[in-house]
Amino acid sequence: MPETSAGTLTAPDKPAKQKPGGTLYRGHEGMWSWVLHRITGVAIFFFLLVHILDTALVRVSPEAYNTVIGAYQTPIMGLGEVALVGAIVFHAYNGLRIILVDFWAWATRHQKVLFWVVVALWAVTMLAFTPRHLMNVFGH
Amino acid sequence: MTATIEAPRTPARPARKGGANLEKWGWIYMRASGVLLLVLIFGHLFTNLMLGDGIHAIDFGFVGGKWADPFWQWWDVLMLWLALIHGANGMRTLVNDYTNPGTVQKLLKGALFAAAAVLIVLGTLVVFTFDPCPAGAPADLLPSFCAAL
Repeated sequence: MPETSAGTLTAPDKPAKQKPGGTLYRGHEGMWSWVLHRITGVAIFFFLLVHILDTALVRVSPEAYNTVIGAYQTPIMGLGEVALVGAIVFHAYNGLRIILVDFWAWATRHQKVLFWVVVALWAVTMLAFTPRHLMNVFGH
Repeated sequence: MTATIEAPRTPARPARKGGANLEKWGWIYMRASGVLLLVLIFGHLFTNLMLGDGIHAIDFGFVGGKWADPFWQWWDVLMLWLALIHGANGMRTLVNDYTNPGTVQKLLKGALFAAAAVLIVLGTLVVFTFDPCPAGAPADLLPSFCAAL
């Protein structure tokens, strides 16, 4: 904060029109970053609960584990895994963005640009993952 | 007749006096565990979904082969603890945001704590007590090294 001087405060000729998203935060990159971080976080949490339980079936019997893991290998679940990995990758990159915004003044000022950097890196990662994964799902 | 009007913004409970600032440590934990989880989960996804035949190759033998190596046992156990605490603490933030203090909020936080605790214990036991070559199981379902036993 101290490094930017406030300058002279002058009242605008006409008061700015009140519109949703017209202020600092609402409706812009910061809000969507926050919304997506919550939604992906909740989704990953509930998958994690299920994933620990299904993996625990290795302790029951090879047949029990193979039957349940077979459900993850269907085409529908294959597409679901793309969505899951998409959620994880967004949450991971956006989490790094949050850390940068918290600890580095430059990143705080450029949090909007960093949101689009997250989106771009997410797209690159998904372009690498999705074809490979869909080959494994549909290629057998 | 006099009525006492509370001062505006009277806190719901008195300010904390001394002791560890748990909310601060929770905040730090989310960032520290987040960075570690990025590495652990990306590694998990890469070895299980990208290498070889990916999801198609995952079965009991695959898991048995991985957990024969203490490296992957510790990888998965570390991921289990860090991810469940990170996830449950994140869900606690949402409960704080969307519910008012009271019974419902206590129940929701209790459920989060119970789910995380039970799954951490279950998962840790599974990883370290797992037998890749259970007696009597069909050999074609087991990791290849079981044949040498």
